[in-house]
Amino acid sequence: MFPEDLRYTKEHEWARREDGRIRVGITRFAADRLSDVVFIELPRPGSTVTQMQTFGVIESVKAVSDLYAPVSGTVVEVNTQLAERPELVNQDPYGAGWMLLLDPSDPTEWERLLSAEEYRRLVGEEA
Amino acid sequence: MGEATTLRRTPLHAAHLALGARMVPFAGWAMPVQYRGIMEEHLAVRSRAGLFDVSHMGEILVEGPGALETLQRLLTNDVGRLRVGQGLYSPMCAPHGGILDDLTAFRVGEERYLLVVNAATTAKDLAWVADHADRAVVRDLSSEVALLALQGPAAEAILSQLTPVPLARLRPFDAVPRTTVADRPAFLSRTGYTGEDGFEIGPAWEDAPPVWEALLAAGQPLGLQPAGLGARDTLRLEAGFMLYGSDIDETTTPLEAPLGWTVKWEKGDFIGRAALLAQRERGVERRLVGFTLAERAIARHGFPILRDGATVGRVTSGTFSPTLQRSIGLGYVAVAHAEPGTPLAVEIRGRPVPGEVTRLPFYRRPKVERPVGAER
Repeated sequence: MFPEDLRYTKEHEWARREDGRIRVGITRFAADRLSDVVFIELPRPGSTVTQMQTFGVIESVKAVSDLYAPVSGTVVEVNTQLAERPELVNQDPYGAGWMLLLDPSDPTEWERLLSAEEYRRLVGEEA
Repeated sequence: MGEATTLRRTPLHAAHLALGARMVPFAGWAMPVQYRGIMEEHLAVRSRAGLFDVSHMGEILVEGPGALETLQRLLTNDVGRLRVGQGLYSPMCAPHGGILDDLTAFRVGEERYLLVVNAATTAKDLAWVADHADRAVVRDLSSEVALLALQGPAAEAILSQLTPVPLARLRPFDAVPRTTVADRPAFLSRTGYTGEDGFEIGPAWEDAPPVWEALLAAGQPLGLQPAGLGARDTLRLEAGFMLYGSDIDETTTPLEAPLGWTVKWEKGDFIGRAALLAQRERGVERRLVGFTLAERAIARHGFPILRDGATVGRVTSGTFSPTLQRSIGLGYVAVAHAEPGTPLAVEIRGRPVPGEVTRLPFYRRPKVERPVGAER
């Protein structure tokens, strides 16, 4: 449910380190709770995001939610597949349903993210 | 809405929990919004069948001498044309022409009519109907009668296994006041809120669980799935049906909503007639229209509708259509912008998303060839 090698935010995003860059998506808990994602608004490559500020919006039939950046940095790449196939977020939230690839601007921010164990405890309380 | 403990429960509450439903508050009731997912349930209803618990809806019986006169005065549609075993859809209007509720009325006996009304308006409707009863007796059956909706192209094949009624003979809005479903006494009608063929089944409150289980079991080989309020909403919106409280209410009239066909001017006087006639002569200033958007973002209730940058209306309902794979919605616009094909935009989070006025319904079910002899 929550891979050990990822870090998490209390707003239900995950972050993965990849060769100095950070890949970002939302957790399976969040995807399940939204259910049937139909639209995702993402920033353009080259724009900057700030830790725990919104970088986009995700909509399901039932609800609309903000997306929060786990770390600050420059957007290197966005998952363009999600424009036509937003359901990938439900089907494979840690894989094909990724959203952003970031070039982080402050390496110390990673340490402030939640571990899998801390995140599991958080959603255990919410559920 | 407060904690779940204050919510009323339908007789199928335990059945929903056992099926893993996600429960939400709706009009004071704990209702299943989805079981396996809104999209999946929606597509099951369009292609096979879905079973909904709509026991939260109200049932009001109007009977005795004066029942017909009472309903002719309360409803805009013509109840006088109903034979026993037939029903119709009608708004119920206030004197100023605003819609108090929209409902289905069935003639279930010579001088007996059953009204099926919205959950949120049941108490208000009951008081209004009782206040205007002309000799007729008004009874609230809402806590005695459950209501299940079996909807989809396989509905007839499923239900025919469980009832002695020759279903092929029932036309849309026909009703059977007393029969059995799964050996339990029940009301039955060929009605629904999804745009598919289907039936609504009203067993006694305490008989709802065995009827629900029998329907699910009979339908399982035909692909029947339990379906929640989430799919009910996407289905009705594709079919162009209005939702009371969102698309129509006391501030809107049947002539502004596309419900002019339910106003029967020639049937005699009814509450709201004078106001509606005046509005018709003046001409309506706004109309409820359907629209589609060029992007997948959802137009939510209250979002502004724009033309050339100026606000010309408001969204009343919007969703992502699982059948059309497009963002669709309903909203009131000034009459000058109501023609199908008119380019409009909906302001979504501060950004105009382009779209156009679209003829309703968004979805119409394919015509099915019926064997000769099945027609009445």
